[in-house]
Amino acid sequence: MRVEIENLTIAFPTATGISHAVRGVSLDLGNEKLGIVGESGSGKSLTARSILKLLPRSAQITADKLSFDGIDVLTASESAMRAIRGKRAGLILQDPKYSLNPVMTAGDQIAESWRMHRKGSAREAREATMDLLAQVKINDPARVFGAYPHELSGGMGQRVMIAMMLAPDPELLIADEPTSALDATVQAEILRLMEDLVARRGMSLILISHDLPLVSHFCDRVAVMYAGRIVEQLGAGELAQAHHPYTRGLLDCMPALSQPKSRLPVMTRDPAWLL
Amino acid sequence: MITIENLHVRFGKVHAVRGISFTVPAGSSFGIVGESGSGKSTVLRALSGLNDDWTGAMRIKGTALAPGRGKDFFRRVQMVFQDPYGSLHPRQTVDRALSEPLVVHGMDDHEARILRALSEVALPASVRFRYPHQLSGGQRQRVAVARALMAEPEVLLLDEPTSALDVSVQAEVLNLLADLQERRGLTYVLVSHNLAVVAHLCPVVGVMQGGEMVEIVSRDDLRAGRTVHPHTTELRRLSTELEEA
Ligand SMILES: Nc1ncnc2c1ncn2[C@@H]1O[C@H](COP(=O)(O)OP(=O)(O)OP(=O)(O)O)[C@@H](O)[C@H]1O
Ligand SMILES: Nc1ncnc2c1ncn2[C@@H]1O[C@H](COP(=O)(O)OP(=O)(O)OP(=O)(O)O)[C@@H](O)[C@H]1O
Ligand SMILES: [Mg+2]
Ligand SMILES: [Mg+2]
Repeated sequence: MRVEIENLTIAFPTATGISHAVRGVSLDLGNEKLGIVGESGSGKSLTARSILKLLPRSAQITADKLSFDGIDVLTASESAMRAIRGKRAGLILQDPKYSLNPVMTAGDQIAESWRMHRKGSAREAREATMDLLAQVKINDPARVFGAYPHELSGGMGQRVMIAMMLAPDPELLIADEPTSALDATVQAEILRLMEDLVARRGMSLILISHDLPLVSHFCDRVAVMYAGRIVEQLGAGELAQAHHPYTRGLLDCMPALSQPKSRLPVMTRDPAWLL
Repeated sequence: MITIENLHVRFGKVHAVRGISFTVPAGSSFGIVGESGSGKSTVLRALSGLNDDWTGAMRIKGTALAPGRGKDFFRRVQMVFQDPYGSLHPRQTVDRALSEPLVVHGMDDHEARILRALSEVALPASVRFRYPHQLSGGQRQRVAVARALMAEPEVLLLDEPTSALDVSVQAEVLNLLADLQERRGLTYVLVSHNLAVVAHLCPVVGVMQGGEMVEIVSRDDLRAGRTVHPHTTELRRLSTELEEA
C-alpha cells in the first residue's frame, strides 16, 4: 500500500476572496509511521482528509497526483471511495464526540464497523467489540458497550473512535490527534497497539499531533507544516536538529516538567515563512 | 475562594466522583490531572452549575452553591469545554459566539472587545465571520477560550484548553492566562493531561483515579519527583521519559 501526493492544493471561496488552505503539498507514504506536526490551521487535517476525499463541499482541490494504492482519488467515484473509507483506510478524527453517532451506543457503532468488513454474526461482532474495547484500555467494556457518546468521558470517546477504526483491520490509519485527550498511561498503551499493527500487519500510519516529544519518539519520519505548506521533512529522531525557524521555535515554546520557566517564550513569525 | 468538600456525583449506577475535597485560594490556580474517565470533567461541570445532581458542599467566595444559580453566577464563573466543537453553536458565527455573552450581561463596546479577544488568543480577524465547521480544531479551541473571557469572569474552569493547539499557540494562551490572572486576579481550575502545562500554571495539583482524588501535590514536589501515590508516580515517569528522549 502506498499513498502518493504531489502538489496538492486546497482552497475555499470566502466573502473576501479565495482562501488558500493547502498550497502545494507533496508526500509519499509506504509501510511506515509518518508524523505531521505544525501550526494550528496550517492544513494538516485537510491534507489527511483529502486522501479519503472527505473534504468540505465548498473545498476546491487540485493535485498533480493523489493516489491511494494506485487508485486515483481525484477521479474515483463516490462508491469506489466508500469501498476504501472505514475498511482499507481508517480516519480517527480530531473531535471524537462530534464524529460518533449520538443516538447509537458505542458498542453498536464498533460492532457495525466490524461486521461491515468481516461479515460475521452479531454474536461474533459483539465479542470482537468487547475485545477491541479492552485493547484500547477501557476498564469496564460492558458498560461502555451500552453507553451513548454523551455518557463517555473525552478520552473514552477518543478510544471508542480508535476501536471503531481498528475493527476492519485497515491498511492505512490516519490518526488526527488520537491521544490528545488521554492520560500518559493510556496513551502509552494505545501507541503500543498501533506500533504492533504497523510492525506485524504492515499497516501504514499517519499521525497528526502537536506533541513533539511523542512524535519524535514514536514515528519514523516527520513532516512539519506551516501556512499550508510542508516546510521540512525530517527523520523523527532528528527533530532537535531541525533547520526551519518555525520548527526550532516550537521546541523552545514547550513547557517542561523538569525545567520550570517563569514565562514561556513565544514565537515571532517571520512573514517570509509565508512565501 | 473555591472550596469543595466531599463532592459525590452519580449518573444512575455510575458513581463518577467519590468524595473529593480541595480548595483554591482567590487569584490562584488548581490543576487536575489523572486517568481518563476518572471524573475530572465531571468535577468541573458540577462546579460550573451544569449538573445539579451532586452531594457534598461547594462554595465560591463563601457563597454556598445550590441548584438553580442566577445569571450573575454564570457571568462570574465561566467554563471552557474539553470538546470545543460541542460547545460552540454550529449555526453561530465566531462573531455571534463572542457577542452573545456581551448582550446577555449588558456590556458595551462590542466591536472593540471582540477584536481584542480575537487578538488575545492569536486568531486573525479573518475568522470573525466564519462558522465553527470552517475553522481548524485549534482555531475552534481558541474561540472557546475567547468566549469564556468575554464576560470578564472571576473564575475560569478550563478543561484541556490547549490540547488542540500547537505548542507555539499553547505558549501564547498560557501566557495570556497568566497575565489575566495577574491583572484581574482570576482564579483557575485547570484540567489537562499534560503535566508540564499543569505545573507551569498551577502551584498545586490534584491527581484523580477512579473517581477519587488520590493525591494533592505541590508543583515543586511533582517536578522533583516527591510523589506518594503510584498513579502520580507513573504519570510523572511517563512524562519525563518523553521529555528526555
Ligand atoms: N470549510 C472551510 N471553509 C473555509 N476555511 C476552512 C474550512 N475548513 C478549514 N478551513 C481553513 O483551512 C485551514 C486549514 O485547516 P486544517 O483543519 O487543515 O488545519 P490543521 O492544520 O488541522 O489545524 P489544527 O491543528 O488547529 O487542527 C484553516 O485556516 C481553516 O480555518
Ligand atoms: N452523562 C453521563 N451519563 C453517564 N455516565 C457519565 C456521564 N458523564 C460522565 N459519565 C461517566 O463518568 C465517568 C467520569 O467521566 P469524566 O468525563 O468526568 O472523566 P474525565 O476524567 O474527564 O476523563 P477524560 O480525561 O477522558 O476526559 C466516566 O466513567 C463516564 O463514562
Ligand atoms: Mg486539525
Ligand atoms: Mg474529561
